[in-house]
Amino acid sequence: MNPLKTFATATVLLLTASGVAQAGATLDAIKKNGFIKCGVSDGLPGFSYADEKGNYSGIDVDVCRAVAAAVFGDATKVKFTPLTAKERLTALQSGEIDVLSRNTTWTSSRDSAQGMNFAGVTYYDGQGFLVNKKLGVKSAKQLDGATVCVQAGTTTELNLSDYFRTNKMKLTPITYDKSDESAKSLEAGRCDVLTSDQSQLYAQRIKLAKPDEYVVLPEVISKEPLGPVVRHGDDDWFDIVKWTLFVMVNAEELGVNSKNVEEMKKSTNPDVKRLLGVEGDKGKDFGLANDWMAVVIKQVGNYGEIFERNVGQGSPLKIQRGLNALWNQGGLQYAPPVR
Amino acid sequence: MAESRVPHSNLPPPASTVGVVGWLRRNLFSSPLNVILTLLAVYLLFVALPPLLRWAFLDASWDGDNRDACRPGGACWVFIRVHFDQFMYGFYPDGQRWRVNAAVLLLILGAAPLFVRAVSSKFKIRLGLGLLIAYPLIAFILLKGGMTGLPVVDTSQWGGLLLTLVIAGVGMTAALPLGVLLALGRRSRLPAIQTLCVTFIELWRGVPLITVLFMSSVMLPLFLPAGMNFDKLLRALIGVTLFQAAYMAEVVRGGLQAIPKGQFEAAAALGLGYWKTMGLIVLPQALKLVIPGIVNTFIALFKDTSLVLIIGLFDLMNIVHNATTNPAWLGFSTEGYIFAAVVYWLFCFGMSRYSQNLEKHLHTGHKR
Repeated sequence: MNPLKTFATATVLLLTASGVAQAGATLDAIKKNGFIKCGVSDGLPGFSYADEKGNYSGIDVDVCRAVAAAVFGDATKVKFTPLTAKERLTALQSGEIDVLSRNTTWTSSRDSAQGMNFAGVTYYDGQGFLVNKKLGVKSAKQLDGATVCVQAGTTTELNLSDYFRTNKMKLTPITYDKSDESAKSLEAGRCDVLTSDQSQLYAQRIKLAKPDEYVVLPEVISKEPLGPVVRHGDDDWFDIVKWTLFVMVNAEELGVNSKNVEEMKKSTNPDVKRLLGVEGDKGKDFGLANDWMAVVIKQVGNYGEIFERNVGQGSPLKIQRGLNALWNQGGLQYAPPVR
Repeated sequence: MAESRVPHSNLPPPASTVGVVGWLRRNLFSSPLNVILTLLAVYLLFVALPPLLRWAFLDASWDGDNRDACRPGGACWVFIRVHFDQFMYGFYPDGQRWRVNAAVLLLILGAAPLFVRAVSSKFKIRLGLGLLIAYPLIAFILLKGGMTGLPVVDTSQWGGLLLTLVIAGVGMTAALPLGVLLALGRRSRLPAIQTLCVTFIELWRGVPLITVLFMSSVMLPLFLPAGMNFDKLLRALIGVTLFQAAYMAEVVRGGLQAIPKGQFEAAAALGLGYWKTMGLIVLPQALKLVIPGIVNTFIALFKDTSLVLIIGLFDLMNIVHNATTNPAWLGFSTEGYIFAAVVYWLFCFGMSRYSQNLEKHLHTGHKR
């Protein structure tokens, strides 16, 4: 065996060993620590960012708060670790964080080869286009020959050329390293179109001097389901994160929100009663307080509240629900029942 | 009868060689090429300056506390005002920020006598050594807390200029002595020490700092047993220090090689051993020679601290970037980055001026 192979094998063994050692231990460790170590982004509008007082907010941040509310009954018991895109998976694998909630796309390789478990989808994202209204373009199919600003080295760049090739259109890409530069470039007219994940296009639009002159095209050319991630082999912890998401979606569907949660406890609807822990032992089955779902809703809110507050109408981004509407309102957000 | 000759009083120099006109002719219009270059430069300034000044000052917005206070067309310094504290302290808790101020004040007061010429050098050496040993401890206790009743402030909450200064400060103070030792080791006649030092220097100099930081934050945790996590800042500090020490070693080696052999022989003739030769004769001359090189490395280090943003530490650069991602303040990145640039420039320029001052004061042997 050559030395390189030996080294590689040793590394893999070491990693597996550490993985096994952690099995089932995360929840115990969290309870002992008294807080959840949550990995978030190092700054992404609407998803996670720190304001001038240093308070974190965003969808990804609220997911972690909700999990803390589930485990401790206190949404503030979270320690946020800002991570770059490159170090996020290692941080989770090495146990530096307990849950990664950092606009991470659910893909097959992350689920299998990289040993991750995606607990659900908090935001159905996809790559889109931002154009100047003056171009008079109504659909991405009309973009033949367009000059497109795109961020270098991302899957966005690959998706873009795929899309243009599939539709037999000509493309002149201009690549930028930072999203700020591409926004400035669109404004200066160096490119006709700006492409990025749709959630970020809305943020880009605010950066422009006259946001109203630009429009996000309806086409979505890639699937980017974003959600919180935990390590393989830790099922109890995985269940809690997964069901925290489901609880928030269920709550919206049942009309329970942070304001009316106390009132709703008196509801006669058996679904609501089970959700809020008034009836049955659905909470205890998770090894948590029986009313943990009610606490999550009360302290953090239901899915709709989180969405509107961070990226929707209650935020400067003003993103429409779209794919992220509930399943019975034309979207994809669907949660299994609490039963 | 002899006519007494009264010498004509000295004529003033031709009007075209003195005063403003003279200066202009000498410096700006001395040859046709320079005339063209000067006119070109004036034209460029004329084109670029007025819009810049208008944007940065005349049309700029200064007052207010949200983005509504920003007028279109000009810079919005309100963005900096609102985030100023965060740019300085990062996420350091509001009520605890006096500790940062205290640590900085302590350093300024403690180090001030070192910069006063009148103070005796013996006292300076004692004070300097004392500071070098005691100050990091005091500063650590002050900043991190946990002892003497101060609440713990985790290093992940350190940020902004504070973090930049911590990384640069630790990097500089640790890299210089380490670099001197490595340089001596590289020139040592003991094969084991020499090989070790050469390997170390070439290894660390052969990889980019960004790789070192990346290894420390991405690879290292994988090799450590589960649940064992070094502080991220500590990992970055060690990486930066070792990296800079390798560079410093080569700078110092340059100085060591410039010392004539006669100096070593004279020291040997006086019966001085290795450490005394180095400490009393060689190093004082060598270090003095390489002050520009050392300061160059320091300045590079100061600016390199901004690389820690790739491992998710919020130094000045990254905290500015973070502020630009706040949905309430989108679109003010230009102002933010200009602010960061000005702060970096102030520190680097300060270091540069101080080193020139030091050189002037110390150039006893090589005065030209």
